[in-house]
Amino acid sequence: MATKASRAAARMMISPAVILLFAWMIVPLGMTLYFSVLRYNLLTPGANPFVGWENYYWFLTDPSFSAAMVNTLVLVGGVLLITVIGGILFALLLDRPMFGQGVIRIMVIAPFFVMPTVSALVWKNMFMNPVNGIFGRIATGLGFQPVDFFGQIPLASIIIIVAWQWLPFATLILLTALQSLDQEQLEAAEMDGANWTSRFWYIMLPHLARAITVVILIQTIFLLSVFAEILVTTNGGPGTASTTVTYLVYVSSLLQYDVGIGSAGGVVAVILANIVAIFLMRMIGKNLDA
Amino acid sequence: MARAVSNKTKTINTVIAGTLGVLMFFPILWIIILSFKTEEDAVRAPLEVLFQSGWTTDNFSTVQARSDYFRHFSNSVIISLGSTLLGLVVAIPAAWSMAFVPARRTKDVLMWMLSTKMMPPVGVLVPIYLIFRDTGLLDSRVGLTVVLMLINLPIIIWMLYTYFREIPGEILEAARMDGAGLKEEILYVLTPMAVPGIASTILLNIILAWNEAFWTLNLTAANAAPLTAFIASYSSPEGLFYAKLSAASIMAIAPILIMGWFSQKQLVRGLTFGAVK
Repeated sequence: MATKASRAAARMMISPAVILLFAWMIVPLGMTLYFSVLRYNLLTPGANPFVGWENYYWFLTDPSFSAAMVNTLVLVGGVLLITVIGGILFALLLDRPMFGQGVIRIMVIAPFFVMPTVSALVWKNMFMNPVNGIFGRIATGLGFQPVDFFGQIPLASIIIIVAWQWLPFATLILLTALQSLDQEQLEAAEMDGANWTSRFWYIMLPHLARAITVVILIQTIFLLSVFAEILVTTNGGPGTASTTVTYLVYVSSLLQYDVGIGSAGGVVAVILANIVAIFLMRMIGKNLDA
Repeated sequence: MARAVSNKTKTINTVIAGTLGVLMFFPILWIIILSFKTEEDAVRAPLEVLFQSGWTTDNFSTVQARSDYFRHFSNSVIISLGSTLLGLVVAIPAAWSMAFVPARRTKDVLMWMLSTKMMPPVGVLVPIYLIFRDTGLLDSRVGLTVVLMLINLPIIIWMLYTYFREIPGEILEAARMDGAGLKEEILYVLTPMAVPGIASTILLNIILAWNEAFWTLNLTAANAAPLTAFIASYSSPEGLFYAKLSAASIMAIAPILIMGWFSQKQLVRGLTFGAVK
């Protein structure tokens, strides 16, 4: 039983973590909010007058913003679609009896451990380069015009790279969930004459539903912040063809030195992420009670 | 009951899954191969690269000479190890108290900690950048270590919490009955049982910190740049550079690739906050 003394001790032990995280969250976020209502450019020193909603107005009505919103949705949606469907297929495959399962699993999961800058540069040069890249060579070899990935389909190219990094994550989690499925239930269904399709739809998929939701929510949080892959491949271009909200905020604040507009964009990004976070938190919270 | 599966089925499964595995792994395999080729050979057609060219280990020393791999490597080691250990110092007591002396509000505190992880980094990029610029922390290992510690702290606490919660409380009570104080309880009873969980937490967090590529790119220039920034310096090509890029990439990812292979289970637990086990 917890005594009064141990409760006091417990509070003391938890306080450094709470104080640090609280400061980390409140101080910069408060500053972002404050900067977002000032006219504040690092290139024009002097007073930073209060301008109210002006920065938000500029950020939200900038044509780059609507492009960035669409790009962000396409990027997140595209990667989710590929990784969830691919992840289910991979998990089903890897769950079957085979030789050398461990080695195969390691090969599938490995891309997740590759740092974003490496995978982006390797794909950009060794695979998607229209002249020397492997895809370009295959196209030329078959008599087609090679695709200029980052010139013609920049966003799709980035989606491919990011999906390659996150497919292992989805596979790993869905495989873990699949392995916790009661085998006897499946066998009983099989004996009752259920074919593979109905076993998949009525037993496996419902069992995976929770894990799929977790994959979607967690990936969304990370995918909204994709940055390095854009920075080292397209720099958001051509034009704004591959600029996301995260990248747009980076451009406004660290490249154009406009602290005010960059901060307004930061606040917008926080609001967007929070909409997703609320759903995720609710799911994890439910799990804590169980 | 596991059913007997014929060798034929197993072989078919192995071929299908193996093909997929090789396809997923291929980009990594390819840079391993290219890193041992000369620049001229590295841009030849893939089949020629494989069958009609020699091997060399020169690229690795060239990369070291061109962009000082070891300095970036040691920055990565210091930053990822430092942020993980610093995080543990703060997280172990917090997770311990939430797992063993749960209060009415423990669940709220845990959820709140998790919510700090949901904040997108661009939301605080500007103030952190300005604070770092004004305090001289920009491009310093200390500053980066602290930032990475803070962004991973919620994950560290959560992982430790889920591990600690699996330790039966009765054992701690028994120790207390036998007269163990709080210090002895933590040192001699809890720690030995918690070591596997702590080890997994360290492993996952080193991986996350090693690969972190938002703050490491935005807050460093030359001195504190870890391997993520080292690789980014290869984004503007100078002549033939595939072999050098491959060698640099392998040198940047090899340590974590090896660690990652041992941490598949922990990855699931750590990144789903215990929602999938």
